[in-house]
Amino acid sequence: MAQLSLRGVRKNFKNTEVLRGIDLEIHDRELVVFVGPSGCGKSTLLRLIAGLDTITEGEFILNGKSMLNVPPSKRDIAMVFQSYALYPHMNVYDNMAFGAKLMGLSKDEVQKRIAETAETLQLQALLERKPRELSGGQRQRVAIGRALVRKPAVFLLDEPLSNLDAALRSEVRLEIAKLHNNIGGTMIYVTHDQVEAMTLADRIVVLRDGVIEQVGTPRELYETPANAFVGTFIGSPRMSLLKTTREGNRFGVEGSGSVLLPDAPETGAEVTLGIRPDAMSLAPEGSEEGFEAEFEYAEYLGNDAYVYARLGNGTRVSLQGDTKLSPHRPGDKVRLLVDPAEIHYFDSETGRSFRQ
Amino acid sequence: MSMQSTYDKPGLLGTYGRDGLMQIILIANTVLMLFPIAIMIMSGFKSNIEIFQQPFAIPDFTNVANFVSMATETEFLRYLMNSFVVTGASIFLLLTLGTMAAYAIARYEFWGSSFLLLFFMAGLMVPLKLAIIPLFILFRDMGILNTHWALIAVYTAMGLPSTVFIMTGFIRTLPRELEDAARMDGASEARIMFSVMIPLCRPAMVIAGIYNLVPIWNDFFFPLVFIQNDALKTLPQGMTSFIGEYSTDWGVMFAGLTLAAAPITLVYIILSKQFINGMTAGAVK
Ligand SMILES: Nc1ncnc2c1ncn2[C@@H]1O[C@H](COP(=O)(O)OP(=O)(O)OP(=O)(O)O)[C@@H](O)[C@H]1O
Ligand SMILES: [Mg+2]
Repeated sequence: MAQLSLRGVRKNFKNTEVLRGIDLEIHDRELVVFVGPSGCGKSTLLRLIAGLDTITEGEFILNGKSMLNVPPSKRDIAMVFQSYALYPHMNVYDNMAFGAKLMGLSKDEVQKRIAETAETLQLQALLERKPRELSGGQRQRVAIGRALVRKPAVFLLDEPLSNLDAALRSEVRLEIAKLHNNIGGTMIYVTHDQVEAMTLADRIVVLRDGVIEQVGTPRELYETPANAFVGTFIGSPRMSLLKTTREGNRFGVEGSGSVLLPDAPETGAEVTLGIRPDAMSLAPEGSEEGFEAEFEYAEYLGNDAYVYARLGNGTRVSLQGDTKLSPHRPGDKVRLLVDPAEIHYFDSETGRSFRQ
Repeated sequence: MSMQSTYDKPGLLGTYGRDGLMQIILIANTVLMLFPIAIMIMSGFKSNIEIFQQPFAIPDFTNVANFVSMATETEFLRYLMNSFVVTGASIFLLLTLGTMAAYAIARYEFWGSSFLLLFFMAGLMVPLKLAIIPLFILFRDMGILNTHWALIAVYTAMGLPSTVFIMTGFIRTLPRELEDAARMDGASEARIMFSVMIPLCRPAMVIAGIYNLVPIWNDFFFPLVFIQNDALKTLPQGMTSFIGEYSTDWGVMFAGLTLAAAPITLVYIILSKQFINGMTAGAVK
């Protein structure tokens, strides 16, 4: 059972504000993912929850109790560090036993728990090894095992997959998802990889510069981003942002003409259109509709192909193209059709979505 | 053009010269350094006459009479014991205190921590011998003059700067997340220090230990000033009294010197692997 709430949490290091007012509720058994660009404060927020750093202002409440002045070990929280932080001089068994023993568990209980955990994570054969004798993936599993043995109410994982190669990454990602289903604790998972976030999360928290930009399910974030930043951050290839000037329902891009979007919501005159690659396509030869653009290059990925083109005002856009060989050469004039139903409208100044 | 070709094809000296010359210098240096030691050991097995007639001859190594008389007829064993006690206690104290101080300086953010490190560093530059008279007065007033405590106190103080310096540098290279992990695991600060940090600091502690061990073991000056009681003398100081008594018996003298150098050499050999590992530990990640 774990219910976390962060209320107006701020964190300063000396004079730099790292977190600037975080309000967040995390429910029992939820898997919440923090994403955001490097340096936005994800690790800092995790460390505050863990109790490794102190909150400058605001409150962190766990199961109804304020965690002010509660040391990390008394919070029933375990953390898997980005660097794993395994004790180099202890073997795998002792690494896992260290915390369990300090909890005051009996020797038998410690042994039982380690045996269980080792089985779940397939570590039985490695118990006698030192961390330096393990591969990256194995170390990763030991680090998770060390947290599991304590049977905490909350798991914190700080970019646990960042040191793994791509193949191992998706494998361990699956394991973590499975683990969350089996043990059912509350998990907070930090990453800056949006694929990890999308696949794992019950809810995603998007952070930027120490503030929460949006909280929601992966689908909500993808389909209704609250602002241009979330729109471009979630989804790959990225959403293209087109700065337009609105006249009636015509949206014009400087040097590229304009398009008619009849269902556009109420907006101001300066609108940024957010268009995902699959909401844009190349117009057939000779068409007079859509934005004018200059073909740049095409990317062929087997099952998919992406076309990159440059608008009259210099903005590069990406769109899903035909997997058949593109007849265009770099520099060719093309026209881009947009799907009006799939367009996001953002305020050019604040970046905020008009459909909120 | 001719310059070019000499660069292209370096002569024999160019190819082997640098390495070869280096080898020769190193070998010569080794011989030079080992020669007095070899003479010392060999002379320990010789009688006075042999020493003067055939100083370089290989002695009969089964003849241990000199060593026996050193051990039985003199205070040698007592001096040896004193040296062990003083050196051991000093090294123990300065490693314990030095590591604790270094841990605090390297890890806790507190006001004046960098000043504190500087303060310790200053100790590296101040020659302690200049303070011998105030020290003498201080120890007299404390009533520890003419006890081993005087020596242990001085040696610990003398060794702290280098120990703190070495240990602070090393602890700063250890990942902070290790401590955080231990903190999450519920370890107290003391436990983090003893169960996590100290085992990891061992290479640096060996370096700091060896670095201080030799000067302390060999120190002659401080016992000379602080210790008058013959029963409390350390080896280097005690050995000088043999020179008077046994100026006629060089064999016994050399046997004593050999014995005095033996423990430290042994420790050095045993720890040298750790020492060298420790020195290169930070170099290769
Ligand atoms: N101890 C500290 N002292 C001063 N500034 C700090 C400290 N720790 C973090 N910061 C600053 O806080 C900001 C957020 O850091 P944080 O480690 O939380 O980023 P992050 O989102 O985890 O980034 P990454 O994805 O690169 O891990 C950074 O700008 C960093 O420089
Ligand atoms: Mg981080």
